[in-house]
Amino acid sequence: MTDVARSPSAFQAHDDHAHHDADHVPGFFARWFLSTNHKDIGTLYLIFAIIAGIIGGGISGMMRAELMEPGIQYLPQWASMLHGEQTFDQALHFWNVLITAHGLIMVFFMVMPAMIGGFGNWFVPIMIGAPDMAFPRMNNISFWLLIPAFLLLLASPFVGVGAGTGWTVYPTLSTYGEPGMSVDMAILSLHIAGASSILGAINFITTIFNMRAPGMTLHKMPLFVWSVLVTAFLLLLALPVLAAAITMLLTDRNFGTTFFDPAGGGDPVLYQHLFWFFGHPEVYIMILPGFGIVSQIVATFSRKPVFGYLGMAYAMVAIGVVGCIVWAHHMFTTGLSANLKIYFTAATMVIAVPTGIKIFSWIATMWGGSLSFKTPMLWSIGFIFMFTVGGVTGVVLANGGIDDYMHDTYYVVAHFHYVLSLGAVFALFAGFFYWFPKMFGRMYNEFLGQLHFWVFFVGVNVMFFPMHFLGTQGMPRRYPDYPDAYAHWNEIATYGYMIMAAGMAIFFVNLFWSLFAGKKAPANPWGEGATTLEWTLSSPPPYHQFETLPKID
Amino acid sequence: MRMLGLKTILLAAGLSLATAATAAAPAAPPPFAQAVPEAPGATDTAPTIAAGAPATPAGGTPAPATPVADPLSNADGTPIVAPVEGVGLPVAKGFHIQDQVSPTGRQARVFHDAILMPIITIISLFVLGLLIWVAIRYRRAANPVPSKTSHNTVLEVVWTLVPVLILAGIALPSFSLLANQYKPAPDNAVTLKAIGNQWFWSYEYPDHGGLSLVSNMLREQDEVEPGQRFRTDADGPRLMATDNRVVLPINTPIRLLTTANDVIHAWAIPAFWIKLDAIPGRINETSFTIEKPGLYYGQCSELCGARHAYMPITVQAVTPEEFEAWVRAKGGTMPGDADAAPPAQMIDDTTTPAEGVNPNTIDATAVGVTTNQSATGTVN
Repeated sequence: MTDVARSPSAFQAHDDHAHHDADHVPGFFARWFLSTNHKDIGTLYLIFAIIAGIIGGGISGMMRAELMEPGIQYLPQWASMLHGEQTFDQALHFWNVLITAHGLIMVFFMVMPAMIGGFGNWFVPIMIGAPDMAFPRMNNISFWLLIPAFLLLLASPFVGVGAGTGWTVYPTLSTYGEPGMSVDMAILSLHIAGASSILGAINFITTIFNMRAPGMTLHKMPLFVWSVLVTAFLLLLALPVLAAAITMLLTDRNFGTTFFDPAGGGDPVLYQHLFWFFGHPEVYIMILPGFGIVSQIVATFSRKPVFGYLGMAYAMVAIGVVGCIVWAHHMFTTGLSANLKIYFTAATMVIAVPTGIKIFSWIATMWGGSLSFKTPMLWSIGFIFMFTVGGVTGVVLANGGIDDYMHDTYYVVAHFHYVLSLGAVFALFAGFFYWFPKMFGRMYNEFLGQLHFWVFFVGVNVMFFPMHFLGTQGMPRRYPDYPDAYAHWNEIATYGYMIMAAGMAIFFVNLFWSLFAGKKAPANPWGEGATTLEWTLSSPPPYHQFETLPKID
Repeated sequence: MRMLGLKTILLAAGLSLATAATAAAPAAPPPFAQAVPEAPGATDTAPTIAAGAPATPAGGTPAPATPVADPLSNADGTPIVAPVEGVGLPVAKGFHIQDQVSPTGRQARVFHDAILMPIITIISLFVLGLLIWVAIRYRRAANPVPSKTSHNTVLEVVWTLVPVLILAGIALPSFSLLANQYKPAPDNAVTLKAIGNQWFWSYEYPDHGGLSLVSNMLREQDEVEPGQRFRTDADGPRLMATDNRVVLPINTPIRLLTTANDVIHAWAIPAFWIKLDAIPGRINETSFTIEKPGLYYGQCSELCGARHAYMPITVQAVTPEEFEAWVRAKGGTMPGDADAAPPAQMIDDTTTPAEGVNPNTIDATAVGVTTNQSATGTVN
């Protein structure tokens, strides 16, 4: 780990005299709409992700309300509110619109913008000692492409019946099973969001390779930067494949091609291979920056350097590489041959090894440390445990023979919410509280932060743990209505949602209270454990930092 | 009653032909089947056994003499055998895997319950224990001065190699399970072809004189017109009961073929540990053996549109003798019957592939193969 706080003389960030130009801030419109400043763009990304998270989380509230009891309770009213009087089938279709929107919003418009766009933009340049991203104006277009992408997705249920394909958009349901413009709009939305991410990935790779401060070698980079670097490569490799797949989908839908239509010699399973060739790296795209965030936080609050730095960095590289060659474990029931299933079972289980290295290294970082349990640390420890639980159910699902039972049941839903809702989202909250003083110059409320953690922790566990039981009992996913035997655990899961929602209410109170009335934050509120470059700058940092590049010993 | 049944068959046949016509004109964008849901809708109102019409095998084979009454149904079409609590069904508040009635299912369940569950529980508790230990032992009050240790090669090698060994220990039984699941069905297996449709399953028994049936979800009493058949507890739980059950013999290898007419569906029975996607344009194959007579329920397991949750699967497993009686009552034939050679077009689908050929995926040459056959089986 780079330890630069010990040698602050290397640069002049605190020297106010050096900064009269640095703090020339443009006017409101130029600053927030034409921004080329990585910190402002990062803030925009975070605001965007929070808004998308509210919408995506609200949709999951609708889903949990409908699933609280067997039978169809609310869907007909909701569907009618959208389009006037609706048939029962249209009400049921609205359910599929909800699950599709929830998945796409949370993946493309909440987790990715927050992790990479938000924290990546804010802290990658600072952590490597760069004044900004390599391509500031491309950074701007990366963000502003997300807005039309999100609007297209949000508008899609209003121009047609809505995209009810699931976030995976499998043909032939997504081709002739879904008339109207809605699916086309959702596909275009993914195209634009994908273009945004590809531009962002190019920017990060260029920045990290070319703009590191003198002395900041690759092996001295903070692990968060390593995680964003690996993520950027995954984005660059995976997203074009998604773009190709959904382009073929678009032409199948509108121009008479038959890439995925067996009637014209196409194959619906081809789409699944292409989608998951993107989709599996995508899940690591969502979690790797979280690994980086947690590494920074655990080291900071243990007052110890990260244990096994090189192992941690290359474990992420290994996860990224192996993550690209395991995609068909999402397709175990599509009729793969025995040899393919054995290969994908084995390759998938291999990922558990570098993941295990990371879990144990975090614990070893804490071992012998001097731990303080500030809010970011609570979220990080929660992350480590919850990600372990989600990881071990992943090992169960990795077995092709076991997956014949679990596939498309709530066991899978439980698994990926443990690694995302309790993994990636915990890491997001950890990072948000960790860097809140740095980004906004005010301390968050420690009591509200810890209360938020505990309420949210209980809520998501009550919500998602019973889903394992629904899965082992055989309940298929993406069902608006279920046999009465599944009622018990579904009811409990909905109570869990309510607890989680209460936790989010605490978060928003904390957020606004802290933004406007929080204590002024010092440059480094976390003490000697915080050794990365952002803590050498004022809180918030000057509008342009590092006019004189820092030197890293 | 008979009229309704025939009407259903004609509708189903028309639907199949319509799909086949679509397949024949690839350039035309396939129409969204707005009218399609009405066909199954008519079916599940049919008070009689919809597919009970004798299906005369092609090739001039004489139809069996007067079809006898369905040995598995009462005169009014309701089933004789009712589900048993906890068999082939989810149970309220249950948190375990459903009881398995196939050899591979039992093997898989033992693998999950005796190997995977203990391992993942121990790992999770181990990590939790370590976290609690470091949180207590190394809290700032107890350990104000942190150590500077950041490497321990032995430790790092250990926590790399031990997971490798654990995973190898999981992989061996996992591969053995896969090998058993992929054993091709023997020549004497009973072949069941499940065809997914929006939103009902249709079935064919290609080795049994082209016997076929259509299986629709039974609605609740308050959801149907008076006089129409509705779900009773003897049929099964809400959302899982069907008007026509798939009947299969116990202790006989079953070769399951799946395909679909419109979008991807998945045929699943948790109690058999079977889930296989039904994909338009290809025929997937797997096999299993049911060891106990009884009723087993499953639900469509691949998102297929609005009524994805409303196309359940019901299998009634009976003794081979009862199965034969049922087949004959439905107008089918048994493979041993001297003159019951199946129509030529069916042979391709049912022949066990030669050694070395992937037994799981046989690409149908076109969707038309599936749909034509389904039409032949019912229209004749």
